[in-house]
Amino acid sequence: MTLARASRLVGREVAAVAVTFLGLLLVTFFIGRVVPIDPVLAAVGDRAPAEVYERVRIELGLHLPLHEQFWIYLRKIAAGDLGQSVLTSNPVLVDIGRVFPATLELATLGTIIGVSLGVPAGVLAAVHRGTWIDQVVRVVGLFGFSVPVFWLGLVGLLVFYRVLGVVGGPGRLGVAFDDIVDPITGVILLDAALRGEWEVFRNAFSHLILPASVLGYFSLAYVSRMTRSFMLEQLRQEYVTTARVKGLPEGRVVWRHALGNAMVPLITVIALSYANLLEGSVLTETVFAWPGLGRYITNSLLNADMNAVLGGTLVVGAVFIGLNMLADILYRLVDPRAR
Amino acid sequence: MAARDWLLAPTPGSRLQSRLGQAYLRWLAFRSNPLACVGLAIVVALLLLALLAPAIATHDPLAQSLARRLQPPSAEHYFGTDALGRDIFSRIVHGARITLLVVLVVVVTVGPIGLLVGTAAGYAGGALDTVLMRVTDIFLAFPRLILALAFVAALGPGIENAVIAIAFTAWPPYARVARAEAMVIRNADFIAATRLQGASPLRIVLRHVMPLCVPSLIVRSTLDMAGIILTAAGLGFLGLGAQPPMPEWGAMIATGRDYIFDQWWVATMPGIAICVVALGFNLLGDGLRDVLDPKQGQ
Repeated sequence: MTLARASRLVGREVAAVAVTFLGLLLVTFFIGRVVPIDPVLAAVGDRAPAEVYERVRIELGLHLPLHEQFWIYLRKIAAGDLGQSVLTSNPVLVDIGRVFPATLELATLGTIIGVSLGVPAGVLAAVHRGTWIDQVVRVVGLFGFSVPVFWLGLVGLLVFYRVLGVVGGPGRLGVAFDDIVDPITGVILLDAALRGEWEVFRNAFSHLILPASVLGYFSLAYVSRMTRSFMLEQLRQEYVTTARVKGLPEGRVVWRHALGNAMVPLITVIALSYANLLEGSVLTETVFAWPGLGRYITNSLLNADMNAVLGGTLVVGAVFIGLNMLADILYRLVDPRAR
Repeated sequence: MAARDWLLAPTPGSRLQSRLGQAYLRWLAFRSNPLACVGLAIVVALLLLALLAPAIATHDPLAQSLARRLQPPSAEHYFGTDALGRDIFSRIVHGARITLLVVLVVVVTVGPIGLLVGTAAGYAGGALDTVLMRVTDIFLAFPRLILALAFVAALGPGIENAVIAIAFTAWPPYARVARAEAMVIRNADFIAATRLQGASPLRIVLRHVMPLCVPSLIVRSTLDMAGIILTAAGLGFLGLGAQPPMPEWGAMIATGRDYIFDQWWVATMPGIAICVVALGFNLLGDGLRDVLDPKQGQ
């Protein structure tokens, strides 16, 4: 593919994403307007005189027509201003910057676990189609589409933390390990490794592994199901027969030739499952007292802190849209038929 | 066996006989899939549970009894009691009604909307298709649970608002499925014939395109029901869905959270109920897909 074509492709994709993002902003703006909380009253208190109320109303731009208010909203977002959190009295963007690494850490390890188990499971199910292996993979996958993530987290804590005692409890670190490592990236595993604090690393890992595995299970369910179906499609192709006729070992035919081609659509699936885990982390973080973006959103929600809720929604939505776009571009770059 | 012969007659005498025969063949195919039958059994059990809840429950689901709080499962309380001494088994049985209601309301609202948007876009093509699909794509690119959360935050917690929020985020996949079907059907010869007879586009869409899209939408919504149940339970768990003292399964798990280490049954039992029911819908949906929509399955 020529460079010009590639850049045209990326350009078209970016334009489509811009429209989607504008839609997202429209929705968050709309939600912000229908909230029964009066933002003026929240700012001035309910004993303020009428002229103060009116002045603040004009300061907040609430006397303008809706489309002008939306335009102001857009300009503020473009300047990185998501408003101020009532709960922490920090700008929402600063708060989110602080909590996001924790969510990133969780979702990334979850995806790694899900993909590294889900892809082989899907391949095995496709190769041994109709046997007990296929059935086991199918039921494990279906169960992943049926179990509530917060419940699996609670039961996981009960079994692996309370009964077996093999993992750390809720939170990112044990109390004794708090504040030992100065944050560099905000991702504790990375920071601890960079600073050579291996005790902290071990403790952080023991806290991370259970929530990450719970999330990883959902990724596994999705990835294994899709891998199986892509592999079945590839194994029917004539090049597979050719490879076998040439006398290639079966393992090479399956894992190199067929899986190699199945990986093309799988890239999209993996990117989507990563985006889904960012979302799934909302409930997981609540269960594991994980100080990430999900818990930030739910905490703000319960305290009627609308700026924080909408800011968090916007950030998750933007990451979600971005990953979708990345998946689309990668897919078209890798698969010549989709260009 | 006379009925069977009548159903399987190679030359059906009436439209009804032919349709029933087709349905019977599908049932035979469905029956040969054991997992799908398990799913069907679970869904039927859920229906019965919801229908006969007062007869099946052993206690009043709302009756508190602090003297009997946090009792482990026993012959008196099959699944134990919660922190307010309420019988968990009876609460789960009554909770089946809430779960079923949420699922049905969402599917009944979302299905027709998706069908309408999808068939209109797919049959008309052109600018209408572009606009409708762009809107659908925007909604598809949103994280569903987070959007539902923000909606409930704005509208206020409660089961009605939870249903609205879920429905608002659930329709795009239906539109996509219906559009794909409509695009294939639009080029069929019988549609051309109907058009030549002077049928209006509206009539063609309503009478000829939509009915053919229904099987794939049934499959889609059955598979979707598990997701709806999980989202509703998630909202309930966060305290944004059904409000206490309603015996909603997600909210019940939330009340058991503080006791998970010592009185495990309070949170575990409703979770198992959610798992079983969601699994039932998933298995049923898988089985229905194989029967109604074989080209989608593997």
